[in-house]
Amino acid sequence: MTENPYLFIVVLMVAVVGFAVGPLALAWLWAKKFSPAKPGREKGAVYECGLESKGDAWIQFKSEYYLYAIIFLIFDVETVFLLPFAVAFSGLGVGAFIAMMVFLLLLVEGLAWAWMKGVLTWK
Amino acid sequence: MDEGLKSELQKQGIFVTSLEELYNWGRKNSLWPLSFGLACCAIEMIAASMSRWDLARFGAEVFRPSPRQADLMIVAGTVTKKMAPQVVRLYNQMGEPKYVIAMGACAISGGPFKQGYNVLKGIDRYIPVDVHIPGCPPRPEALLHAFITLQQKIAAQELTGPGRARHLDAGAPGEYPVPQFGEHDLLPPKNPDVWQPPVPAHT
Repeated sequence: MTENPYLFIVVLMVAVVGFAVGPLALAWLWAKKFSPAKPGREKGAVYECGLESKGDAWIQFKSEYYLYAIIFLIFDVETVFLLPFAVAFSGLGVGAFIAMMVFLLLLVEGLAWAWMKGVLTWK
Repeated sequence: MDEGLKSELQKQGIFVTSLEELYNWGRKNSLWPLSFGLACCAIEMIAASMSRWDLARFGAEVFRPSPRQADLMIVAGTVTKKMAPQVVRLYNQMGEPKYVIAMGACAISGGPFKQGYNVLKGIDRYIPVDVHIPGCPPRPEALLHAFITLQQKIAAQELTGPGRARHLDAGAPGEYPVPQFGEHDLLPPKNPDVWQPPVPAHT
């Protein structure tokens, strides 16, 4: 009889699920048998720093903040790719250089667009 | 089970335990304190958790910043009347089982500020305190002693029956009333269900 090569995966899966579910099931059974639930208004409160929360949690953020996120992304991505580019610069061919310049141009276009739009001026 | 038989079995490499002992053993060796300090006692509490006194030996090095994950509240320092409602609310927000160590003269009685208008004369007026430590401030050894005392107390707790631990008793409250700021004092000034000081002998 030849063993199914996937058998050990099934065994592993059962063990893994048992390992995760077992303690939870035991805790649930323990709570049923011995430890009564004691919910309360304060125990179930959202804020947990000793103070009562004031006002509504459903406040809105201005959607214009997405512009700052985009500008951050421009410089962030630029830095991440420029550093390895600078390190490997002397060993690069013409094709890689042009590809990098196109990539930079795309980012600079984004920056120029944001500049034209007046996002860079602090209001 | 007979203690002698248990000891004999242990010599042969067989460990016998009861569910109650196992449960208490687990509880007493993983007391996670809530990380908050109110005054100078907190410095001693911090020292106790660091390498020199090493609270980790008692399974209590994991100071939790959220009451939902903490088992033990160390009231370390002066509880002002401004702060008392917050302390009680934090205690209420802790999950069961929960324990309280009142650390230092201020936390147990008001200490040197007892006559002051703004200091609570002991946190045990509002929440059930398991271990009181005197001292101003108590040394880290005193806190370790309080830990060991609390561990012994937990180890002796029963799982069932009328003398069972507070968190296993469905009738025992899980939350205690939070005092409000009144015109001159906290209202109510004490929780009579929790605070029952001994009556003076002379009547």
